[in-house]
Amino acid sequence: MLKALQLEPEKCTGCLQCEMACSYENEGVFNPSKSRIKVFNFHHEGRFAPYTCTQCSEAWCLHACPVEAIVVNEATGAKEVIEDVCVGCKVCTIACPFGTVNYNADSGKVMKCDLCGGDPACVTACPTQAITYVDSEHTGLERMRSHAAQSIPQN
Amino acid sequence: MSWQRKILRVNLTKGTCEPEPLNMEWAHLFLGQRGLATKYLAEEIDPKADALSPENKLIMATGPLTGTMASTGGRYSVITKSPLTGAIACSNSGGFIGAEMKQAGWDMIIFEGKSKTPVFLYLENEKAQLMPADDLWGKSVWAADELLHEKFQDPLVKIACVGRAAESGCLYASIVNDRHRAAGRSGVGTVMASKHLKAVVIRGTVGVGNIRDPKAFFKATSEGKKTLADNAVTGEGLPAMGTQVLMNVINEVGAMPTRNMKEVQFEGAHKISGEAMAEPRESDGKPNLVTNAACFGCTIACGRISTIDPQHYSIENKPEYIGASGGLEYESAWALGSNVGIDDLDALTYANFLCNEDGYDPISFGATVSAAMELFEMGAITLETTEGLDLSFGSAEALTKAAELVATGEGFGKDLAMGSKRLCEKYGHPEISMTVKGQEFPAYDPRAIQGMGLGYATSNRGACHLRGYTVSSEIMGVPVKTDPLTTDGKPELVKAFQDATAAVDSTGLCTFTTFAWTLEDIAPQVDAACEGGWSAASMLEAGERIWNLERQFNLDAGLTKADDTLPARLLKDAAKTGPAKGSVNRLHEMLPQYYALRGWSEEGVPTNETMGRLGL
Repeated sequence: MLKALQLEPEKCTGCLQCEMACSYENEGVFNPSKSRIKVFNFHHEGRFAPYTCTQCSEAWCLHACPVEAIVVNEATGAKEVIEDVCVGCKVCTIACPFGTVNYNADSGKVMKCDLCGGDPACVTACPTQAITYVDSEHTGLERMRSHAAQSIPQN
Repeated sequence: MSWQRKILRVNLTKGTCEPEPLNMEWAHLFLGQRGLATKYLAEEIDPKADALSPENKLIMATGPLTGTMASTGGRYSVITKSPLTGAIACSNSGGFIGAEMKQAGWDMIIFEGKSKTPVFLYLENEKAQLMPADDLWGKSVWAADELLHEKFQDPLVKIACVGRAAESGCLYASIVNDRHRAAGRSGVGTVMASKHLKAVVIRGTVGVGNIRDPKAFFKATSEGKKTLADNAVTGEGLPAMGTQVLMNVINEVGAMPTRNMKEVQFEGAHKISGEAMAEPRESDGKPNLVTNAACFGCTIACGRISTIDPQHYSIENKPEYIGASGGLEYESAWALGSNVGIDDLDALTYANFLCNEDGYDPISFGATVSAAMELFEMGAITLETTEGLDLSFGSAEALTKAAELVATGEGFGKDLAMGSKRLCEKYGHPEISMTVKGQEFPAYDPRAIQGMGLGYATSNRGACHLRGYTVSSEIMGVPVKTDPLTTDGKPELVKAFQDATAAVDSTGLCTFTTFAWTLEDIAPQVDAACEGGWSAASMLEAGERIWNLERQFNLDAGLTKADDTLPARLLKDAAKTGPAKGSVNRLHEMLPQYYALRGWSEEGVPTNETMGRLGL
């Protein structure tokens, strides 16, 4: 079963535990600026929204890469950057329609979510289950259930 | 070692920014943040210095766990000498800028001297520079914040800023960071403005590494988070209702200071409570509360994000206040509500927005307005004095107008900006100022919670609930229930809370964790991150060391035993209603024993033996 990250902004409190977990997993430091997942604070609306790579099936980034540095992990479905191959040309950052591939000036390579090899650190760290790792065919299930609940007759 | 081991020293007189190594010997004695910065301040300034002179220094300090994954590890404190009290000031704030300072590679920033013209500090990792702020001076915190974000074209820079209240000399001005978190108390913003320092802008991308034992750290912090999640207060009450979960509780136990502490229960409490904030309003069907929100790294998320009723009189023709911003917490709801006898939730929310927008402490502001209302009631000030402002208890219009006047320092706002003590002295009634050491009371009446009376009287920054929150034990039964109406055992309880809190305030963690955590939960997290062999016992000892250091600073500044007292109203006028009806605070039964427990002389001076034992 392929799994996917399910992001539910309505549950997010903006604490950035996910960003710290991600940066520690990937860089060995607590450093939100190096996180592959980002939480956006829409302060005027009083809302928070986590956002990261959705692992497109036909990934623009992968097809755009001129040196084939982005490959599919068959086990997780993640599109992973092979750092040794990446030349830091950033074409993938242009190709990605969602902005979820980003350049890391410190390493001279690009970085993106790789699902931590199937055990995403952000999921473990999120205190409110705003980020969960579920069957990729069921990311809408909870939302469907909540809307369905509104249609049932009230006692 | 999750200290960055690096301090930035900013000399505003010379316009220089110089890095220097953190004194690690001191770090092992005082941890960080509150303790360590107090050590630096005590070593570097004359405690008798005028708080608003260039001789005073202002330190923004993080703790060793700030910027890490430890839950609530986003705190920083501002340490300076207070212009409100003349005592040590230490004001703690959440939000995101503390973690950003740490992410930029710094443990603390020491500001000294005074700039000739307004400046702000821009700090991007190792790059630090003072930049002109002439165009920001005279602007509110929110306006300056917006201009700075535009200037740097970076939504991720974090900003701490003073507003017009601080610039115009309000003695309880705060430093507001991330738009609605604040180092709120004791006038730390006033000191910042006196140095012509408008803002601190930080971008940090270095990160926090060097965890001493990462495996142990993840284990300890994960267990800590689970404990917070499983606890009824930190896992349910605070996320759902914020600190406002307390409004009805404290009112019921008759500890809700009302109308300048003349009464201990407020008939309108239910209208300004956490429950009320969640009720849909008539005009647009939406509740006051939009959502809860977390500070950096916090898994509790007690923060309130609110909106004002768009139909409310206070924001008529002011579309800029339609959006969401930081909402009422228990302290602001009390100070802007029951203590001035007002139950209009939207008026309170509007006044709270203004406190954030122009940077002043809602507790001191509300308490000063309440004192002004009592002076008005007595006839000591009149409509002439207030320039036509009808300062009757219960008048929402008076509150919102007063908030506007203090924000900009105009008209009668100048008098209100002096704080309760100076206001009451000016109009000939010092006895109705509800203050300790010149700082206004928070929201717990010590006639109904005896331990809090001793805590207030001995707090090193004047009346304050956060130096030793014995409400936990006396009302909520955490960690053990004690009777709020007895003084038995309270000196021990107060000392234990004060010492433990001083330690927690020096780690980078939030004191609200202590509803669920004791030092036994916190020490393993600190120890895994830092060298020094930290245990609950050594943290408690560090806390006691910090407490005595602050005490010595205050004594050197000229404070004495005579300042360890409460207003006569709380010692002589009995509570009129509630479970504490007939009670006064019996401070005299507790204070001598407290001094003895602390190892202080009968004059409240730490003995040589005590100072020696603590390595001071």
